Amino acid sequence: MSWYYIEGILIQSCYTLLIVLGLSILTGYTGMFSFGHAGFVCIGGYVSVICTMAFDLPYAVGLLAGGLVSMILGAGLGRITLRLKGDYFCIATLGVGEAIRLIFNNLQLNWSINGKNFMLDGAKGIASVPLKTTFGISLVIVVIFVIATSFLVNSKHGRCMLAIRENELAAQMSGINTFSYKMLAMCMSALYAGIAGGMLAHYFGYLQPKMFMMTKSTEYTIMVIFGGMGSITGSVVGTVLLCALPELLRAVGDWRLVFYGLAVIVIMIVRPMGLMGGKELRIGYYVNRLTRKLLKKSDPLPGGDEEEEAQ
Amino acid sequence: MNERIRDEIVLELSHVTKRFGGLTAVGDVSFKVRKGEIFALIGPNGAGKTTIFNLITGVYALTEGEIRFLDKCVIARGGVTYDADGAQIPHGKALQLKPYDIMSKGMARTFQNIRLFKSETVFNNVLTACHADADYNVFQSLWRWKAGPKWLTKYRTQEAKLRAKTEELLKIMGIWKYRDMIAANLPYGQQRKLEIARALAQAPVLLLLDEPAAGMNPEETMALMELIKEVRDRFDLTVLIIEHHMDLIMSGSDRIFVLNFGKALAEGTPAEVQNNAEVVEAYLGKEENADGHA
Repeated sequence: MSWYYIEGILIQSCYTLLIVLGLSILTGYTGMFSFGHAGFVCIGGYVSVICTMAFDLPYAVGLLAGGLVSMILGAGLGRITLRLKGDYFCIATLGVGEAIRLIFNNLQLNWSINGKNFMLDGAKGIASVPLKTTFGISLVIVVIFVIATSFLVNSKHGRCMLAIRENELAAQMSGINTFSYKMLAMCMSALYAGIAGGMLAHYFGYLQPKMFMMTKSTEYTIMVIFGGMGSITGSVVGTVLLCALPELLRAVGDWRLVFYGLAVIVIMIVRPMGLMGGKELRIGYYVNRLTRKLLKKSDPLPGGDEEEEAQ
Repeated sequence: MNERIRDEIVLELSHVTKRFGGLTAVGDVSFKVRKGEIFALIGPNGAGKTTIFNLITGVYALTEGEIRFLDKCVIARGGVTYDADGAQIPHGKALQLKPYDIMSKGMARTFQNIRLFKSETVFNNVLTACHADADYNVFQSLWRWKAGPKWLTKYRTQEAKLRAKTEELLKIMGIWKYRDMIAANLPYGQQRKLEIARALAQAPVLLLLDEPAAGMNPEETMALMELIKEVRDRFDLTVLIIEHHMDLIMSGSDRIFVLNFGKALAEGTPAEVQNNAEVVEAYLGKEENADGHA
């Protein structure tokens, strides 16, 4: 296997992870299932490509613009659909995701800016997008977002979102503004998906609406559930595994998607709560424990309980 | 009259009516809860007690009448109000605050069928409810270092306060040793206590308890009543309580309001209510004569 091939899989894992992280905030933490996330990725991709190709803006600005436009769309969508409960919200996002794809399927642009020609031709999409997404850049972006997301979910904002997933009425009765927190989750996941869309476009070098079919959206949701709802490390592990799996299964040829499905089903049966089961893999915790063991200090973990019960 | 009960009115319901289609769940109910009081709401099953809780907390919208909280603040007003003589005054605008808005004005409640954040730890359940004490925004929650200007280090300082408060509450309720357990795995009685701890985390003025002793044995019930009195004194609370355990109500509450089929039946001190013929009838049925006829 050449490095070029492995690098490709890694870049794909990186931007997919960004989408899954965003979706994890919405689905894993706030408890709302979205089946239209490919639509946000699509918007982000197109906007960033228009920025870099038609307006000659830098790559970073393109990514940011893609993310922001996607976020604004997410906010608008949230305004309309967030009052819907459970399955109804699901159906609404599914419809919007498909609608976005169909709009780009029928969108024809032919701009001449500063003497340069920019063509966007419906289902044919955009070709010769500059290849700006390298492994280094995607890794830096994704690490920043993983850290930021884990900080966010470990704050009062993350706890309020979890409360909504756990019991919406109790959350409301605890004085939590459930609508605005759902809105926050929606905006953030749309932002992540938009940025990832820009990375995707500048990695493949072309954009077509059919890259953003509904199956993509369901794939992202599967990754969130596969890793375990409400776990950032779960999302990371789940995404990397599920991105690499189809490639590893190339050996079995046409059967690879069958095996892919089988692997997902087996995991769901063996670990019904997802790989991490809603828990975080705390590296610091284990390192701390190991070093203390090596230094022969007393185990710090089962603290004060015994003393209290003795009193 | 106890000296901790003050004349200040915390909650006032006037001519509160709630209809679900043709069914009048609560009809023309009025009462006032004074500061420091333990005010009990009793009545047979289906009398509309929990509906009243849901009206006060804004889960249901009011059909008619008015609910005032902390004197000036009107939290819900139905389409029609009444003057002092009980004559109807058509009202211009119906007012209904959102539930979270009402609760953040100084109310907290528990539920008849326990509603915890089930898959979270006991500690996090209470920590979540403390959210109003911290006002850092999303960007401030990303700065985790001690160093930096004061507006940037809000997360660290405020989060430490929330944790200290959570610890204190769990210790008061006697469930500190369960702090790392998942809430759903707690024994039933402790879940009830956790729910009260979570409600106290909101630093309420008025605490609404919906059958806190349901499913508890007599000893546990009396211990719970002592605990409720203790937290009432400690946090200077006013308590509105729905309960079926008569010994708990009769020994613990200052005033009792009896509901039957959504209508007010009686109101008074425990002694007054106990001797009220109508109340006895609603609970035990009519006294029958020797022939077995009513």
